Amino acid sequence: MDPLSFTARNVLAGATILGVTGGVLGCFALLRRQSLLGDALAHAALPGVCLGFLISGSKSPIPLFLGAMAAGLVGALFIVAAVRWSRVKEDSAIGIVLSVFFGVGIVMLTYIQRLPGGNQSGLDKYLFGQAAALVPEDVQLMAILSTIVLVLVALAWKELKVLAFDRDFGASLGLPMRRAEILLTLLLVTVVVVGLQTVGVVLIVATLITPAAAARQWTERLGVMVALSAGIGAAAGIAGAMTSASVPRLPTGPAIVVAASAVLVVSLLLAPQRGLVWAWLRERRVTGRIRRENLLKDLYRIGEDRGDWGRFVSAPQLMGVRGVSAPRLATSAGRLSSQALIERRGDDLRLTPEGLDRAAGVVRKHRLWELYLTRRLELPSDHVHRPAEAMEHALDATAVAELERLLGNPTHDPHGRPIPGGSKPGVASKPGVASKPGDAANGGPQPVPDDVDREVRP
Amino acid sequence: MSPTLVVILVGCLAAASCALVGSFLVLRRMALLGDAISHAVLPGIVIAFLLTGDRAALPMVLGAGALGVITVALVELLNRSRRLKEDASIGVVFPALFSIGVILISRYASQVDLDLDCVLYGEIAYTPWDLIFFGTTSIGPKALWVNGGTLLLNILLVGLLFKELKITTFDSGLAASLGFSPVLVHYLLMSAVSVTVVGAFESVGAILVVAMLVVPPATAYLLTDRLGVMLGLGIGLGMVSAVVGYGVARWLDASIAGAIAAVSGVLFILAVALSPRHGLLSKLLVQRRLGRRLAEKLLLSHLTEGPLVAADVESRFGWSARRLGRVVSRLEGAGKLRSAGGSLHLTPAGSDEGR
Repeated sequence: MDPLSFTARNVLAGATILGVTGGVLGCFALLRRQSLLGDALAHAALPGVCLGFLISGSKSPIPLFLGAMAAGLVGALFIVAAVRWSRVKEDSAIGIVLSVFFGVGIVMLTYIQRLPGGNQSGLDKYLFGQAAALVPEDVQLMAILSTIVLVLVALAWKELKVLAFDRDFGASLGLPMRRAEILLTLLLVTVVVVGLQTVGVVLIVATLITPAAAARQWTERLGVMVALSAGIGAAAGIAGAMTSASVPRLPTGPAIVVAASAVLVVSLLLAPQRGLVWAWLRERRVTGRIRRENLLKDLYRIGEDRGDWGRFVSAPQLMGVRGVSAPRLATSAGRLSSQALIERRGDDLRLTPEGLDRAAGVVRKHRLWELYLTRRLELPSDHVHRPAEAMEHALDATAVAELERLLGNPTHDPHGRPIPGGSKPGVASKPGVASKPGDAANGGPQPVPDDVDREVRP
Repeated sequence: MSPTLVVILVGCLAAASCALVGSFLVLRRMALLGDAISHAVLPGIVIAFLLTGDRAALPMVLGAGALGVITVALVELLNRSRRLKEDASIGVVFPALFSIGVILISRYASQVDLDLDCVLYGEIAYTPWDLIFFGTTSIGPKALWVNGGTLLLNILLVGLLFKELKITTFDSGLAASLGFSPVLVHYLLMSAVSVTVVGAFESVGAILVVAMLVVPPATAYLLTDRLGVMLGLGIGLGMVSAVVGYGVARWLDASIAGAIAAVSGVLFILAVALSPRHGLLSKLLVQRRLGRRLAEKLLLSHLTEGPLVAADVESRFGWSARRLGRVVSRLEGAGKLRSAGGSLHLTPAGSDEGR
């Protein structure tokens, strides 16, 4: 066994405590879109730390904690007041409080350092955090404050939950939203102050937000998110403390933040539902399908205009329809021909009978939707093509059947073009049946000029 | 040049260049992006330092500028992925980058003169002795050249792109429809912020950079509704903060950067209270005038139905005797009312107005 040194045990305990409490409170800050409030509160606490030192004349933790809390609260009040009483927006208000309070704190700090004996005050460890300087009394105080914070969160769970998601709704239910807001700010200030010594002013915000942001990716439930966030915070704290104990000259605070950030990156990429990798793969699949359906449809339209689906269509002509690049066209065509939906002759393409069938299905969805828009939403017929371009890839069989029912099994779209593949026999029947490729004489749907028969309303 | 003059000049140059780009940050509600950039440039500075092995200005500016743009791009990437809101994106990106910078410094550069405290609150007091050499002859303090250079750059940017900046700031939809690229302007502005931040960074520190970027422009925003005026006021207020802050710091024998930030905060509070159009005091005065007018009108209109005794009016409106007394005496002074035999009567002028 490798017994941890005395210092390392303190650091480990402090980092874990901070990780849990920061993780829990961070969830509420994140959901309330107040992620950077913690940053401002941490900076605002500095003059309080100095004031606590000046008043008590010692660096015993309690006066410093109290001073920091008081200053943090004053900072929070300043932000609220600036937003309410001036036309400055919240982001500026946070920036102002953050930098001005910190400036005042630095003035006090440098002033103290020039006092006799002030140089040994060690107050500057609050700037970057110096976990190694944690003594057992600090850790005890952290543990006590964190317990209080967690108990209060549990007691006010319902109110905080409503506050996080919908403040106005909570207020309309008669829940004390104002008090919940004040409580949340108080708790945030406490956590920030608890963390100052361990990770320092600048990095506090990460112990709050980074675990919460990571946890958010894995779940849609607040309870789960809070628990996960606490776990991630604790794990990052432990990992950071351990690495900084074993690697020379590796500061604890930044190590914790890097660990938490790594968890965040993994969560953003790989979380089951929201993971960006999955989303990217999904999108690729869908865009591939849309491109292929568009190619089928373009082949259908060209054949329709020619009155003949049997002749090959050249690649340049297809590329010209919607500005598809040659490699993209080749990809789509390759996939479609492997499904035996199109035939290739060099760069030229034509639909197979199955392909014509499939293409007709896409065109059918397009034209049904156009008709639906003109009839039901009474959009002019020259405004319906674009929405239909999107919907043709989204409608499923149930929706198509419903559209047919609503529109009374129509035969022509608003531009007068026949709707292929209708269920009523005789009219605009499946083109694949009526006219085999290469069999133009067999008739099939005849091309209709765009301006014919705008009035197809029943 | 005397050291005092150099320090004040550096402060003024940094304040001016920060105010120029900071005004747009404030108007675009991106003040905290300035905060994020000012921290996130740290690894860029350290990497440039580690690669070149000395503190030459140009590699550092380039390294920091690159990190600034990376910060903005990362924040936007997260934001656009819709996995995180903008505030959270900022809140996770800059601590991560800052941590990497701190780790790099403590692991690889701790022996050298890249002091962590300096990074946060700068050492503007030492700038007069950090000289830059052309060949072997000194051509003056480095901070003067760096901050002067960034100021020039920002003046060029704002001067050349004033119209574009203005329109993309206030109506990016219109800008896009007129053929300006809001994205391009955005990235140009953010690059300028990064360069400004790093120029000011070494001399005044990360936090004061935030103060100079945000506080004087926000103060100016309270004082005017015109962009050009706001830019000028922001620069002026920043310079005043620098000069006064320097004096305060000398007096307290404390950090100059901190004092400059504190003074700019005081100026902001003054503007919140005293701004002629948007200040608390002027709002209070307007409210009081309106309140008086309302009370007078109310009393006059009720008296058109006939004279009333004072006690009656008091109970009807829930007014105290003193309040009624004040309203009555103002109306009497204006010749719209007279009180006779304990009851209040309208004069002809008063009954005209009451109707």
